[in-house]
Amino acid sequence: MQDILDQLEARRVRARLGGGERRIEAQHGKGKLTARERLELLLDENSFEEFGMFVEQAPNEMTADIEPIPGDGVVTGWGLINGRKVFVFSQDFTVFGGSLSEAHAQKICNVMDMAMKNGVPVLGLNDSGGARIQEGVGSLAGYADVFQRNVNASGVIPQVSAIMGPCAGGAVYSPAMTDFIFMVQDTSYMFVTGPEVVKTVTHEDVTQEELGGASTHTTKSSVADSAFENDVEMLAQLRRFYDFLPMNNREQPPVWPTSDPFDREEPSLDTLIPSDPQKPYDIKELIGKVVDEGDFFELQENHAGNIVIGFGRMEGRTVGFVANQPMVLAGCLDIDSSKKAARFVRFCDCFNIPIVTFVDVPGFLPGTAQEYGGIIKHGAKLLFAYAEATVPKVTLITRKAYGGAYDVMSSKHIRGDINYAWPTAEIAVMGPKGAVEIIYREDKNDPEKIEARTEEYRERFANPFIAAQKGFIDDVIYPHSTRRRICRALRLLENKSLENPWKKHDNIPL
Amino acid sequence: MFKKILIANRGEIACRVIRSAKDMGIATVAVYSDADAGALHVRMADEAVHIGPPPASESYLVMEKILAAIRDTGADAVHPGYGFLSENADFARALEAEGVAFIGPPPDAIAAMGDKIESKKLADAAGVSTVPGHMDTIADVAEAVKIAGEVGYPVMIKASAGGGGKGMRIAYSEDEVDEGFRSAQNEARSSFGDDRIFIEKYVEEPRHIEIQVLADAHGNVIHLGERECSIQRRHQKVVEEAPSPFLDAEMREAMGAQSCALAAAVGYRSAGTVEFIVDKDRNFYFLEMNTRLQVEHPVTEMITGLDLVEQMIRVANGEKLSLRQEDVKIDGWAVETRVYAEDPRRNFLPAIGRLVRYRAPVQDGINVRIDTGVGEGSEISMFYDPMIAKLATHGADRNQAITRMQDALDGYFIRGTGHNTAFLASIMAHPRFVEGRLTTNFIAEEYPDGYAPAAPEGALRDRFSAVAAYIHGRFAARARQSGANGSPELPGNVTPWQVQMGDISDAVAVTYRPDGADVAIDGRSLSFSTDWTLGNPVFAATFEDGVATFQIDRTGVAYRLTHRGVEANVRVLTPRGAALDERMPEKIPPDLSRFVLSPMPGLLVSVAVEEGMPVSAGEEIAVVEAMKMENVLRATSDGVVKTVHAGPGDSLAVDQAIVEFE
Repeated sequence: MQDILDQLEARRVRARLGGGERRIEAQHGKGKLTARERLELLLDENSFEEFGMFVEQAPNEMTADIEPIPGDGVVTGWGLINGRKVFVFSQDFTVFGGSLSEAHAQKICNVMDMAMKNGVPVLGLNDSGGARIQEGVGSLAGYADVFQRNVNASGVIPQVSAIMGPCAGGAVYSPAMTDFIFMVQDTSYMFVTGPEVVKTVTHEDVTQEELGGASTHTTKSSVADSAFENDVEMLAQLRRFYDFLPMNNREQPPVWPTSDPFDREEPSLDTLIPSDPQKPYDIKELIGKVVDEGDFFELQENHAGNIVIGFGRMEGRTVGFVANQPMVLAGCLDIDSSKKAARFVRFCDCFNIPIVTFVDVPGFLPGTAQEYGGIIKHGAKLLFAYAEATVPKVTLITRKAYGGAYDVMSSKHIRGDINYAWPTAEIAVMGPKGAVEIIYREDKNDPEKIEARTEEYRERFANPFIAAQKGFIDDVIYPHSTRRRICRALRLLENKSLENPWKKHDNIPL
Repeated sequence: MFKKILIANRGEIACRVIRSAKDMGIATVAVYSDADAGALHVRMADEAVHIGPPPASESYLVMEKILAAIRDTGADAVHPGYGFLSENADFARALEAEGVAFIGPPPDAIAAMGDKIESKKLADAAGVSTVPGHMDTIADVAEAVKIAGEVGYPVMIKASAGGGGKGMRIAYSEDEVDEGFRSAQNEARSSFGDDRIFIEKYVEEPRHIEIQVLADAHGNVIHLGERECSIQRRHQKVVEEAPSPFLDAEMREAMGAQSCALAAAVGYRSAGTVEFIVDKDRNFYFLEMNTRLQVEHPVTEMITGLDLVEQMIRVANGEKLSLRQEDVKIDGWAVETRVYAEDPRRNFLPAIGRLVRYRAPVQDGINVRIDTGVGEGSEISMFYDPMIAKLATHGADRNQAITRMQDALDGYFIRGTGHNTAFLASIMAHPRFVEGRLTTNFIAEEYPDGYAPAAPEGALRDRFSAVAAYIHGRFAARARQSGANGSPELPGNVTPWQVQMGDISDAVAVTYRPDGADVAIDGRSLSFSTDWTLGNPVFAATFEDGVATFQIDRTGVAYRLTHRGVEANVRVLTPRGAALDERMPEKIPPDLSRFVLSPMPGLLVSVAVEEGMPVSAGEEIAVVEAMKMENVLRATSDGVVKTVHAGPGDSLAVDQAIVEFE
């Protein structure tokens, strides 16, 4: 019997060694941790249970001479993050460069199937050179098997991707279909075709980092939601992020205790809105003062800064925040900000996370770049996302809510549940000046008259009370009481029940 | 008594005056510019009058507007505060003509003391010690040597038109006078086109010590002892205290007597301050007299128990001083620090912006006193002095006052704009300050490269580690509660954390108690109790030697702790996490020397270079306007422009790249 036990231990030791000491050293030399070290930091101590440790790819004529390595380049299983279950796969770059074979793909599919069956999120740590070319079409099939599972799981369980090394070619499409992508600065990149191919095809000279590094994807492309300094930082942040997520689409988001009073007053919010309507202010100050303990996990911070999205908690429970940011492009909606917020709203709606929206929007960004780029369809995404969302929706208009953008930003008309306004709110078709220049076109050459009319218009319409009279606003609230009012609204909506008509699925303007 | 006092000022001093007036049952009127519409002094006053746009030259300094406000509100007295119109004799005269009382000295006394030469002559005549020197221009080297001999060495050779150290020489001997006179004259000629030179006694290791006087209209003059204000930066006082650690009773008596004599000689009434420069041998020389309430008056109030504003009001009302010189008693010690919106790390450039977070330490008015005109959400604007508050503490002795100041500064939580509380805390902890070895060059000598917070060492470092580990453990325990196993919030385990600060990592084991923790750090141990709640950015705990307060900023998964002017970025890791963290490459911050960065938030006025242009060191690159000042940015080395990142009209953030070199 002891022999057999020893044999098991020997096999385990062999499997844990992955690609061997030399390759582990090389991995460390690049500033990266190994697949198993990463799981150690990601998961609660001693909570990881591994599946498929001894899986090997069956040899074919191309690989007959290569000795197989148990585990086949990906570590899979489940564990706990702060006591909550999570399925994980962690690609092992030391084993055939983390390349994906049929067996490797099968291991990933296996944990995804179990995750679906048990209603538990999947967290993937990606570090792979791509398809294992020797496996040929088998590895392509493997990718597609994973893709199909990503799609099936979408909206059922949260899926999170951490890019911690290369992720190129077809491999990018699995993370792309997950809910969130995080990248490690300097040691990770993602692209469909690499710099060499780019060079031959388009003659562009571009480095891996420029083409698909963390800064590219967190600023320009918006592929990634955030980037972190190194592996250790990434894994700590993933734990922090995971604490916000519900387990699946049938469960409520997690709750933890907080001693931050729900009725905490913030007198300084009474002076947040500058007296000059042209002057910006930082909407993140409002978020920071409303949310529990000032703790806000912002996503896509460096992309489309004119809208702010991220998670916080109210009375200990996860809430998604969407807010126009007057500091950037006056907080207008454009292609990038509409796409950014729309996807976030849809995530929240999938997973029962209430949405709190702060509105200060002067309208859509004008211009040929926007129109040629299809702002009509992209703007519609955000409108669509808000309108179809059935989770609790609490909206606060702090200042401008002009034109169609007002409708879009979780207005009463698209089933906003509780819609508040600060007394500084201006809910109107457009700003006073623009309105006057259209209504009183005949006076347009008389600046004095226009100014007088503008003042008159501002007085009459640039306030929340016209909208409140019509019932489009539930109440005009004191800024200092914002946290209390939102907490109470969320308490009220705790058991909100609303269903969309049966459909196979909707047809959001993609 | 007056029925209604108008305060022709803003900010903390307006609030300060309103407070005393209220105590005396007198109604108050505030004036305000557009920038101050919602300001504290406006809210505190019984009435408020709008007096124009933000620039002081169009509001607080416009006599006509103040006079109109007086008429409109029927105020029968005006307190000018400090600055603005407080030392304007014409304003005092105009009030006299209106039949409104000016809560300050008579116009003639203001005028007499307002002129540098005139006041010095008057002081001389009143028997006040003045800096020996020769105020007329000096013809040649021979005369210079002769005068230097009369004045006594060392001497300062100064250009009449001088400034900023240019055309200034210190000479300890005849030879040095010979050489210094010629070079100062040459430099003055080339720099200012004016080669007039004069000579005065050079005061070595100068200290700034001033005497507070109080006079009534009936010929009574007393002094309330001294204040030492030697801690200055570019002639701006930063720390003041009373009494001075340098004076003895005899010297205080002599300086006080001379100050009273001067006040009497000019027919002074109200509160006034006679400023002296004191050398290392305890010789003191008259500098000037400030005919108003000083910024730093709270330290005098704290050690004398008097309300100077009340005294000023009573004197203006014609009352006799209620106390004689022998009634003035000095009780303990008081220290004041000026909390400024400025960035000590950027050579103390003024900072502006909204006080996003502002939490002042607990004040009782006796041991801790805060004079401020702002609160959370207030805007520090570019139009006025960027002072946020004056923080004053009192103790039985100097050390106690300093300790209380340190505690108060630790609890002073300000975010949203740059501020100097950590710098002030660093001064308070500086051995030379604690010993009282002060000169007006203290900051220049002790902080030659500006101020950057030091990392904690020794016992202080252990406290930083203990606090960070404690906090982290609390957060970690709470996070576990969202899990299904519902573990209790109070962390139960004592697994040591690895606490990283800088290059050093310590094993820190925390044993939690309901009211605090016992912490073991690599074999050393310490205990504290605290009622800290999760998320509070201010952490106060009672250690064996008393309460210590830390400020905590969570930066993602790390913490930045500030305490006693010392700052540290702290990471708390599991032992395994720390071991693996060792493998993480050190990231070298991007080389910014190739960039011209905006030194402050502002507006890009112009860019003088184009892409591909060769530039030599010293050449103008761009002009940035901030605080109404145009700042010319110049190349620090030769190079070729690679990219111009911003264009005229762009608003720039601090450290935003304007131009990049190849």
